[in-house]
Amino acid sequence: MSVLVLAEHDNATIKPSTLNTVTAALELGGEVVALVAGHNCKAAAEAAAKVKDVSKVLHADDAAFGAHIAENVAPLVAKLAQGHSHVLAPASTYGKNIMPRAAALLDVAQISDIAGIESADTFVRPIYAGNALATVQSKDAIKAITVRTTAFDAAPAEGGSAAIESVGGTGDAGLTSFLRLEQVKSERPELTTARIVISGGRGMQAGENFKMLEEIADTLKAAVGASRAAVDAGFVPNDYQVGQTGKIVAPELYIAVGISGAIQHLAGMKDSKVIVAINKDEEAPIFQVADYGLVADLFKALPELAAELKK
Amino acid sequence: MKILVPVKRVVDANIKVRVKSDGTGVETQNVKMSMNPFCEIAVEEALRLKEAGKATEIVAVSCGPTACQETIRTALAMGADRGILVETDVPLEPLAIAKLLKAVAGKESPGLMLLGKQAIDNDCNQTGQMLAALLGWSQATFVSKLAIEADHAEATREVDGGLEVVKVKLPAIVTVDLRLNEPRYASLPNIMKAKKKPIDVLKPDALGVDVTPRVAVLKVVEPPKRSSGVKVPDVATLVAKLRTEAKVI
Repeated sequence: MSVLVLAEHDNATIKPSTLNTVTAALELGGEVVALVAGHNCKAAAEAAAKVKDVSKVLHADDAAFGAHIAENVAPLVAKLAQGHSHVLAPASTYGKNIMPRAAALLDVAQISDIAGIESADTFVRPIYAGNALATVQSKDAIKAITVRTTAFDAAPAEGGSAAIESVGGTGDAGLTSFLRLEQVKSERPELTTARIVISGGRGMQAGENFKMLEEIADTLKAAVGASRAAVDAGFVPNDYQVGQTGKIVAPELYIAVGISGAIQHLAGMKDSKVIVAINKDEEAPIFQVADYGLVADLFKALPELAAELKK
Repeated sequence: MKILVPVKRVVDANIKVRVKSDGTGVETQNVKMSMNPFCEIAVEEALRLKEAGKATEIVAVSCGPTACQETIRTALAMGADRGILVETDVPLEPLAIAKLLKAVAGKESPGLMLLGKQAIDNDCNQTGQMLAALLGWSQATFVSKLAIEADHAEATREVDGGLEVVKVKLPAIVTVDLRLNEPRYASLPNIMKAKKKPIDVLKPDALGVDVTPRVAVLKVVEPPKRSSGVKVPDVATLVAKLRTEAKVI
């Protein structure tokens, strides 16, 4: 048995999601081979080779892979997956975009967003926004899987010394080209890997009020997130969204401010270790999952919280 | 240009699902069913493209049991021109649906297919990408902005790092995200009109597609419940508890 892991990276470094995916791969047993497909991505391949217990790194360097275009990367994944029992990618937008395309090329089903491994062919995954957990068994020869990163610890980024093997690309399919990435630069930790997350919802009333959350985030070294309502209202960009269709987070501490707690939002954060809810509506469903609930007007509570945390 | 819009019948987004006591799945009998919200956004986008003169015909396609006709009728009431039902009682996985849709695309030759990025029942997020692979078409997933030009489309994708803009060659598969548009409600006259619009019924066998499931669902259970916490009277108490009791700050 051997597991091919599609490594998520930015050509220079590997993303933390890759480390969680390696842990899931190791749990399956057998050899773990990481595929780093990119352009001028030698540094990322070297980083992947250092991950503990990765046996081999396949390094595919081609201009066609630079922007992770699925039409170009998926045929390579499908080609290299032959001979492996499993092919895994993180269930990030990167993995979700590429893996189903590769699975279809292999004519195998994909098991999306696994949160548990029962055996080499049996997995647990959330359905209905996490309101049910399904145990499913794959009958395909090659199991194509995306991994819920919050459900698996990160593998140590150091301690490995895997051999790096260059593999040829499958070229540019000539279908899609990357134009640009509009990115909001932030000095704060990344939402999906932050130890503490503070999120705002519709109750924040305006984008500028998120400054109150940012101030607290800076004190706590936390990431700032949001509910769908806050993103739809244009308070904050899309990459802040936590929920069923946004990012899944499971930090040590999640502080929900002015968020009512729709099931779609709970789906993205209810595996957090400690949940704090601040909401003026004491009937808000968010209180049903909160370890500590504070019924208060957030515009009064947030300045107090900022001051108290600095004490 | 013809646009094909696959639509899925799912448990209504506002229903809190209940897991069946025998662990075989979730209760769908006597539960309100609706069009998957992401599919509604796909239908809306197709209609707007037609209204803008970029598309000539909108065909709504659904795969599943006879009841999926209701979902197609919803799309027709919103403004789609006609419907196709690929009828089967076999539980369909994304790969099987992608194969059925490929066969339908072969008959219809659309210039664009718009799909929801995921269905809110199984949360798979696969069908569009698989369909694109099988057709050998370009794909733009998680799209929040779409501009159709003569032979290509420019799509803005919601990705983890922000917004990615790509240029895709047509014909293409586009899977839509929440912020692409706000779907319209069907008016009563349009609901009446939709009853007269045609729905063709096809069978997987006739399309030459094997829909046998590849994945067995062994059991479905409720997730572990979080034990309910405590209400704190004020901010000072909250911070004290986080420091000394939960020890997370």
